[in-house]
Amino acid sequence: MSEVKYTKDHEWLNVDGDTAWIGITTYARHALGDLVFIELPEAGRAVSKGDDFAVVESVKAASEIYTPVTGEITEVNETLADDMDALKEDIATGWIVKVKMTDACEIAGLMDKAAYDEYVAGLE
Amino acid sequence: MTNTATALNDNESTMSTIEVNDRTRGLNYDENLLWEKERCDTPGVDLPALKDMPSRTGLPMRGMIGLPQVSEPQVVRHFVRLSTKNYSIDSGFFPLGSCTMKHNPRLNEKNARMAGFGHIHPMQPESTVQGALAVMHDLQGWLAELTGLPGVCLTPAAGAQGELAGIMTIARALKLQGHHEKTVMLVPDSAHGTNPATAAMCGFKIRTIPTKDTGRVTVEAFKEALGDGKDIAGMMVTNPNTCGLFETDIAEIVDLLHEAGGYFYCDGANFNALVGKVRPGDFGVDVMHINLHKTFSTPHGGGGPGSGPICVAKSLEPYIPSPIVLKEGNTYRLERNGERETNCGRMKAFQGQFGMHVRALSYMMSHGADGLKQVSEDAVLNANYIHASLKNDYHAPFDGPVMHEALFTEKYQAKHGVTTLDIAKGLIEYGMHPMTVYFPLVVNGAMLIEPTETEAKDALDRFILVMKKLAEDAKIKGPDYFHSLPQAAPASRLDELKAAREPKLRWVEDAA
Repeated sequence: MSEVKYTKDHEWLNVDGDTAWIGITTYARHALGDLVFIELPEAGRAVSKGDDFAVVESVKAASEIYTPVTGEITEVNETLADDMDALKEDIATGWIVKVKMTDACEIAGLMDKAAYDEYVAGLE
Repeated sequence: MTNTATALNDNESTMSTIEVNDRTRGLNYDENLLWEKERCDTPGVDLPALKDMPSRTGLPMRGMIGLPQVSEPQVVRHFVRLSTKNYSIDSGFFPLGSCTMKHNPRLNEKNARMAGFGHIHPMQPESTVQGALAVMHDLQGWLAELTGLPGVCLTPAAGAQGELAGIMTIARALKLQGHHEKTVMLVPDSAHGTNPATAAMCGFKIRTIPTKDTGRVTVEAFKEALGDGKDIAGMMVTNPNTCGLFETDIAEIVDLLHEAGGYFYCDGANFNALVGKVRPGDFGVDVMHINLHKTFSTPHGGGGPGSGPICVAKSLEPYIPSPIVLKEGNTYRLERNGERETNCGRMKAFQGQFGMHVRALSYMMSHGADGLKQVSEDAVLNANYIHASLKNDYHAPFDGPVMHEALFTEKYQAKHGVTTLDIAKGLIEYGMHPMTVYFPLVVNGAMLIEPTETEAKDALDRFILVMKKLAEDAKIKGPDYFHSLPQAAPASRLDELKAAREPKLRWVEDAA
């Protein structure tokens, strides 16, 4: 049974056991506008909570994507490099990386869907 | 897109086709590439025939070399036509925020073209270029006086290199003082993107100070980012910031920063709001770069080059880049190699953008102290006039009064499906260069407008009128109308996404 968590930086995490699938939310996608480039990391990279692991560049700006959890990147969704429109809040196809977490406690501070929706509403 | 017209070919007495570009209308040329000029099959120049000269290599001695074959009048017309398409501060209002697109006075140009300035070589003996060195020395003096920072190095080539020079100076100071633990640079999220990039290039880690709610760096947010301060090398702040706001808590923040042993780097991009009014050294700045091409009216953008001198506090003077200009008695000279071992290096070949030094000093001396003060006062007045005139039509995220630029967002227009990009395209429809769009990043759909002091009230009124009309159109005509803009421009709405995803960086024959 997996659960989806959200960050204030507009990333989503689908947590399944000790693995987190990380992507960006619909709000982030909308704020970025049309994407022109995605810089993906290499699998095997060790990341710490708060590190940036990917860069998305849109017609408006280049933005870094941060990992809210510490661990190792085990898998990278290489299809995004060719199909940038697939980067969306879709657990099956829109994830960027899978991270094998070393500290499951780190997800405790993240928001659930209801809390995130409320957070986004407050930003408008 | 081309259509075809027919022309008579004298040699063969048959009709052959030549291509005419269909957007050429009313003496307004839609200029194609030199590669696409009509005759690429015959030489553009008349070369004498080869007579009785054997080929010693056995290879053909003459052949097409794969360059466009065009005649001199074709080349001249090509570049003159292209030059007329260049929108510039000399052709119209240019309200790009955080860019200070002010008029470039012709007096600057006249002075820069004087033979003693324009026709000298950087390797001439110093005894023959005393006047040029005197200009640089005087400019160092004016910049030191205006910033309240006594150490000046003129060599950085532009703003971003000035930033680099400034942060290299800090890094050099920390290294020579043995502060290896100071590895973190504090940067607010409203900063110019070059600030964190510069700090990263100098090996510092970046810690962001959030400004979201107020548009300013608050003491609380600063304290949280500062922590115990042990690892803090410094802070990079633009003041006034990119929201057009003066950092009101800066004095208190800088005291805390200095207590922690950090240096305060102030980005000088927005100095036009302060020049002659406030000396940054007086509010605790340790290093500042100055964009001569913004504040001091030297040409900007494609008309450059830029020039980004740095000014530093006494404590950092030993570490600034070399060379600086020294005066001994009545003689001027450049600092020699190895004369000041503590310097952080050289930024550029020779002495920097000397032509810009002449122009900037010309501007300073023609305005004088009182004139420079009026420059910033009028720049701030113009920005506030725009802010006050448009704040009912466009959402102003932060209350005025503002400094040298006015920030709006797309919030009111977004309700009708019209975005910042649409407004920018609408401005082009009305013959105006758009403002800075989608920057700063701290608000959604930013529109940042900096009129500068050199625009007359008529120009501001016309801009305001057009902006009000566009706000009205957003309500009544909606997004479909805006997506069709600009209609009056030679090229309508471009596919910016496709251009960014599939850029065509060179000509290929198939595309012709």
